[in-house]
Amino acid sequence: MAVSREDLLHVASLARLALDEEAVPRLVRELNGILEHMDVLRKVDTSGVTGAAGVGDAGMPLREDGGAPYPLAHPREAFAPEMRDGFFIVPRLATHEDATESVE
Amino acid sequence: MIGPLDPRDVPSSAIDAVADAFERMADVKAGREGLNLILWTDRVRAADAARSCQRDIDAGREGGVLAGVPYVAKDNIATTELPTSCGSRMLENYVSAFEATAITRLRNAGAILVGKSNCDEFAMGSSTEYSAFGPARNPHDPARVPGGSSGGSAGAVAADIVPFALGSETGGSVRQPAAFCGVVGVKPTYGRVSRYGLVAFASSLDQIGVFGKTVHDAAIVMEVIAGLDPHDATTADAPVPRYRDAEERGLEGMVIGRPKEYFPPSLDPRIAALCDRALALMRAQGATVREISLPTTDLAIPVYYIVAPAEASSNLARFDGARYGLRVRGGTLRDMYDRTRSAGFGPEVTRRILLGTYVLSAGYYDAYYKKAQEVRALIAAEFRRTFASGVDLIFTPTTPSVAFRHGAKSDPYEMYLNDIFTVTANLAGIPGISVPIGRLDGLPVGGQLMAAHFDEMAMFRGAYALEGALGAEAHR
Amino acid sequence: MSLDRWEMVVGLEVHVQLKTRSKAFCACSTQYGAPPNINTCPVCLALPGTLPVLNFEAVRLAVRAAHALSCTVNPTSVFARKNYFYPDLPKGYQISQYDRPLAVNGSLTIGESADGTPITVGITRLHLEEDAGKSIHDRYPSATAIDLNRAGVPLVEIVSEPDMRSSRDAGAYLRTLKQILEFTEVSDVNMEEGSLRVDANVSARLRGETKLGTKTEVKNMNSFSGVERALEAEFARQVELLERGGRVEQQTMLWDGTRGVVRPARSKEASHDYRYFPEPDLPPLVLSKAWIEEQRTSLPELPVARRARFAKEYALPPADIESLTSSVALADYYEQAARAHGDGKTVANWVRGEVLAAVNADGISVREFRVRPGDLADLLSLVRDGKVSHTAAKRIFAEMRKSGERPAQIADREGLLQEGNVDAIAVWVDEVMAEYPEEARRFLAGERKLLGVLVGAVMKKSKGRADPKQVNQLLTSRSTG
Ligand SMILES: [Mg+2]
Ligand SMILES: [Zn+2]
Repeated sequence: MAVSREDLLHVASLARLALDEEAVPRLVRELNGILEHMDVLRKVDTSGVTGAAGVGDAGMPLREDGGAPYPLAHPREAFAPEMRDGFFIVPRLATHEDATESVE
Repeated sequence: MIGPLDPRDVPSSAIDAVADAFERMADVKAGREGLNLILWTDRVRAADAARSCQRDIDAGREGGVLAGVPYVAKDNIATTELPTSCGSRMLENYVSAFEATAITRLRNAGAILVGKSNCDEFAMGSSTEYSAFGPARNPHDPARVPGGSSGGSAGAVAADIVPFALGSETGGSVRQPAAFCGVVGVKPTYGRVSRYGLVAFASSLDQIGVFGKTVHDAAIVMEVIAGLDPHDATTADAPVPRYRDAEERGLEGMVIGRPKEYFPPSLDPRIAALCDRALALMRAQGATVREISLPTTDLAIPVYYIVAPAEASSNLARFDGARYGLRVRGGTLRDMYDRTRSAGFGPEVTRRILLGTYVLSAGYYDAYYKKAQEVRALIAAEFRRTFASGVDLIFTPTTPSVAFRHGAKSDPYEMYLNDIFTVTANLAGIPGISVPIGRLDGLPVGGQLMAAHFDEMAMFRGAYALEGALGAEAHR
Repeated sequence: MSLDRWEMVVGLEVHVQLKTRSKAFCACSTQYGAPPNINTCPVCLALPGTLPVLNFEAVRLAVRAAHALSCTVNPTSVFARKNYFYPDLPKGYQISQYDRPLAVNGSLTIGESADGTPITVGITRLHLEEDAGKSIHDRYPSATAIDLNRAGVPLVEIVSEPDMRSSRDAGAYLRTLKQILEFTEVSDVNMEEGSLRVDANVSARLRGETKLGTKTEVKNMNSFSGVERALEAEFARQVELLERGGRVEQQTMLWDGTRGVVRPARSKEASHDYRYFPEPDLPPLVLSKAWIEEQRTSLPELPVARRARFAKEYALPPADIESLTSSVALADYYEQAARAHGDGKTVANWVRGEVLAAVNADGISVREFRVRPGDLADLLSLVRDGKVSHTAAKRIFAEMRKSGERPAQIADREGLLQEGNVDAIAVWVDEVMAEYPEEARRFLAGERKLLGVLVGAVMKKSKGRADPKQVNQLLTSRSTG
């Protein structure tokens, strides 16, 4: 499963990273270099494994509804790059159709 | 008297303690122009805190177990008074609007934050060379790295600026720099210390850790910061023992495993020799040393470099220039995203975001991320079996080498191999500690003790005993 | 173009805001309409280092909804990150559920087909997730304004099977679903405030065909009728395409309600690749079987069951039942009045007539209506027992609506209690006979048709207090006497 130049550009686009043209060949090489070390995993028999490892198989603790909102030590204006009338301001989306894209 | 820390660390008053810390920072040139261990300080604010702390002490008020003790925190731990840049242009001069739980608990115990320490950008690295604000230097030899990613914190303790410091671990970022700098470094069980306020790198692996000049210092700080936090759903609701009591318990009857996979033929024989000296000293104190095998060890690095970048690619998506941090203007939203993120992230972070996005992307998830999580489960099970079989502690070298020179590791994967002995504890979620066990060509060497989930007590028993037995030896 | 050769196949994805006080993963208020970004905190602004902690009430409400839709609730479900960049999605991912959702395999009966067999729509899954904020594109030139007050509000996503065959089915599904969510008090289901949002998957196939055609996703519909119109428009578009031998392209269509057309959404990103993976900040959600069952048994009576019971207990015609079960509040109001009074039909007439008219006129909910069910029952009892006339009852009701007074007090004060005393009636009759000597003479002479005139005159003289029956009897007895 070698990473192609196209794979890299697709992934960079998903990650919202604009890569310098000259960096692309190096990154393709580096990613393939790293991933080839990962191939050993494919030979490992994990048929017996039920569920992935890691956090709390005990189940998660839950919060009571309501309570005091968590405070902000500094006003939003102190860290926001641009605010107007209380809104965070970002550049307009490319097309208005994009504008209707939201939580799905 | 200022806190029950090791008398060697204890100055006459909180005010002196904090003043001394800043004097020392100046003496060793801890700032950008010098060792570049400390990124942000506020001397006036720290002095104020020291004065009010001293007033409490003089008034005989209960000042807390760390009353007046100065410390530094890694720059990826949220603080409301000093910046939290994570060593990144993305967050240069960003001051958090909330405070990490660990920072709050330390303040409540009387400790005084005197600085934020340099680290690899977003904790991604093993040398603190990948900081956007320049590489940190090892106090023992400025031509060498302090290790990483918590290199600034390790160096600050090694340079006697502060008796303890906070760092963070994802694959060894406390234990490895502790070894390189000749100090004690603790990585707690996953879920033992709240991650609230620790800027996420890989959420299922991240844990705040502690550097101490001594095991005792580290044990006290652990008592303060450990425990359930309603803001972190992954913290454990388990009582926090008095880790200091581990000192009296000794090693009598403990079984210490020596996994052969951590002593490969390729390991520097002088490091192996220092490890065997340490094992002999622990045996002399009543411990039994058992040869064991952990066959999945060589799978740890591949698993880690899939799981960690995958989670990182998601955790770092919030840095989009919309609400905080760097924004590079663009005509469209997409331009702003692309320009901000390309300008804000350094090469290693970019590399890991690309890698992580790739292994999660359609068609590769099962082959990479899912498979890696399954192998991770095998690694964790192997540790569980080992500890269930009567082994109390596992002893290994912390790193395969001593601190290397700046620029020595140019190939990414070669750099990744630094974590080879430490990353397993993160994948399994178990606690580990690195203790100085000697020197090689004048450079510190660390030995690592790993214990079962939430058995920090056993870990500290081993560490106290080792430290006690080695004494001055450790520094020779 | 012959639409009738073709069959519409519809599946719906509905997002519903849960009625919690605080957000899903932080303590911020879910209050609608607050000034921009006031209901935000470090967690829902996604400040670096923050972590989510799930709101128990969101879980409770989601499980209620799952039971109300006859879903199987999974004792263990897992949260996952759905990764995509959008300015109103602060973390760059939505915390949702993916391959291990909260509940699966439900169903919803939305009515009966012509032959009386029930029309049932399968529910594929119901899962918990968080809402995004709002992006406002038309407020500032060349800039988008972001309000994150809604970001992190808990939602359930309810995904149906492609079991609907018409826009009418879709409308019925949505209305039934809305009513169930109201009955179970899971959500306010207010489409204007966006607490219920609908996306539709539509395809067309020749009647008799069993396999599904290529579907499109229709978005941006903000009313139930909008959904029905959008489905018709998209169905027509697809059929026309297919009739011309074309192929339907799998894509997202946007409904333009004002122009009444669907347009393809410019697919801004070639492929959606959400890179789902288990949310490492949240351990699995583990619910005890006992607790899950407890939530099922504590559900209120659902609309279908209640309608059946109204038919049985109060012998009401379908039209009454439909109207009286349109909301929990109205059904409860009716039932309390009916129980207190006894005659379900009479109460039904009044509730559907006077009560609804008054409530709608005042633009309030029956919960806020001054005339409480018990008082309405008392009023109708006065009518039944002949203590007040029907006419008087309406006057009393009008008074109750204003003052909230008990009916008996009003009737007494206004002197509207009917006079049952024969002597008093006799006096009025005598007076009337005296005032209308000609009519009286002809009536007594046997001209029966004048009875009505005289009764009316007596009632008038008594200001409605006389009991018409008794007046009737008295006059009749005299005519033959
Ligand atoms: Mg959804
Ligand atoms: Zn919030």
